[in-house]
Amino acid sequence: MQAVSVVFRRELAEYVRSVLGYVVAAAVLILAGLLFYSQGLGPAGGERLSGEVLARFFFFMSGLVAIAAIALSIRLIAEERQAGTLVLLSTSPVKEWEIVIGKFLSAFVFLAAITVASFYMPLLIMVNGKISIGQVLVGYLGLLLIGSACLAIGVFATSLTRHQLVAAVVGSALTGIMFLFWQLSQVLEPPLSRVFAGLAIHARHFIGFQTGVLHLRDVVYYLAVTYFFLLLAIKAMEVKRWE
Amino acid sequence: MPELIRVSEVSKFYGGKRALGPVSFEIGTGETVGFLGLNGAGKTTLLRILACDLRPSAGFFSVDGVDGVATPHHIRSLVGFLPESPPIYPEMKVGEYLHFAGQLRGLNGANLERRIPEVEEVTDIVNMHNELLRHLSHGYRQRVSLAQAIIHEPALLILDEPTTGLDPAQIVEMRSMIQGLKEKHTVLISSHILPEIHATCDRLLVLRDGELVASGTEQDLSKRLESCRIAASVTPGEASSGAGDIQASLAAVPGVRSVKATEKSDGILELLIETESDMRAEISRALVNKGYGLMRIDRADLELEEAFLQLVHGDEHAGG
Repeated sequence: MQAVSVVFRRELAEYVRSVLGYVVAAAVLILAGLLFYSQGLGPAGGERLSGEVLARFFFFMSGLVAIAAIALSIRLIAEERQAGTLVLLSTSPVKEWEIVIGKFLSAFVFLAAITVASFYMPLLIMVNGKISIGQVLVGYLGLLLIGSACLAIGVFATSLTRHQLVAAVVGSALTGIMFLFWQLSQVLEPPLSRVFAGLAIHARHFIGFQTGVLHLRDVVYYLAVTYFFLLLAIKAMEVKRWE
Repeated sequence: MPELIRVSEVSKFYGGKRALGPVSFEIGTGETVGFLGLNGAGKTTLLRILACDLRPSAGFFSVDGVDGVATPHHIRSLVGFLPESPPIYPEMKVGEYLHFAGQLRGLNGANLERRIPEVEEVTDIVNMHNELLRHLSHGYRQRVSLAQAIIHEPALLILDEPTTGLDPAQIVEMRSMIQGLKEKHTVLISSHILPEIHATCDRLLVLRDGELVASGTEQDLSKRLESCRIAASVTPGEASSGAGDIQASLAAVPGVRSVKATEKSDGILELLIETESDMRAEISRALVNKGYGLMRIDRADLELEEAFLQLVHGDEHAGG
């Protein structure tokens, strides 16, 4: 586990030092603020119950978190391959899973920090309206889980190539497809519709978090997606190392 | 000298293209071995396999008795690897980077704190401890990279083209550092620059098109090639029609591979004859029997540079 911790700390420091980290954080928070004002608090949002405003907040935050997750993850391995620094890790007594998990955790912690920095918006609703802290916490748990799943997809994409642009396209495409599974399920007949609805990364699995309802099946789904793509990333690293 | 590395029939294919092998050799503990070859000869592929960065497509290798294909993880802790391009993170400071590299190799606590100043001293970067790596010249980056390769005191140190991109003064310094490291490590160095190997290594392995074409000390390699080259000076006989005729006559002698004849202004023919072994007696007889006046015959001395060029270019360039 020392290797996971070593990789994690270096990568986290890299986010803190790099322009990318601040650009992603600023973009997410500015867009979240603008959307919150326009969709929730501002006159364009109309009159709504506090719970609805909070649900809308978590809805658009989930999209922003997903995009931020891909943006943060694409550099993790592809950049090291491109710069020739991956050889330092691959010739050290560090296993592939330790590299992947260390990098994933660093991106997750940074993404979580950005997500938590948006907490002032639900607080404004709490101050001015009537919502429970439970609903807020469940919503944030959902954001962290969908962020984790999208990060894992991004880590898998970045493990495949030395080009960050290719990683970005692959990561975005995979995430987009996972989002579109819901739309696909709406036009298909059962049992395929149920399969795709169950696989969709957002609608059915996120709606509970959005409205403050915690379903174990949704938590398991996001953890399973995270596990699956991290496993693929580890396998891709192994194949690349030995190809 | 106990054996540290055993390589047996190791090959590497990229897709359907053979990049290396099959090659087999052994290297003893404490040896400093140079891998010579032109670009694309398979040197880097071989070194990356030994550093467990690449898996061989076929064959077996071991380091210190540990199977490199089955248990590469263990071997990585025995090996320090300096790739051709320094694997540095530009935004890190030198000390921070060495700390990171040491921790990756399992060092921590007092042991790590002791090793960082030691390797900084060995590689002469003590004053650079707090410098950002992106501010360092290529020469210093190479030193930092060497420092990370030795921080865990590996039994085997693998240096891939360690002087590439260095200026002459830096090359001398790097050679001197490598000389110092020979005392503590078994060292493998790859290069296509002969003087670098010539100055540093106890033994040379020459690669050409992925195959091991020669192995031995500098003297062994020169001797091996000397025995196949004979220089002679002759005057043409009355029946001779010049260089073409003498080349045909000698080419018919069993064991002669090639003959190069150059006619001088005074009519004397200078011959350079490639043979399978030292055939001066046979060549002399053949020339005299054909009516040539033999003025001189001797084995041709080769400088290591020439030997290298012959080996790495193959037979088509042999003899000139």
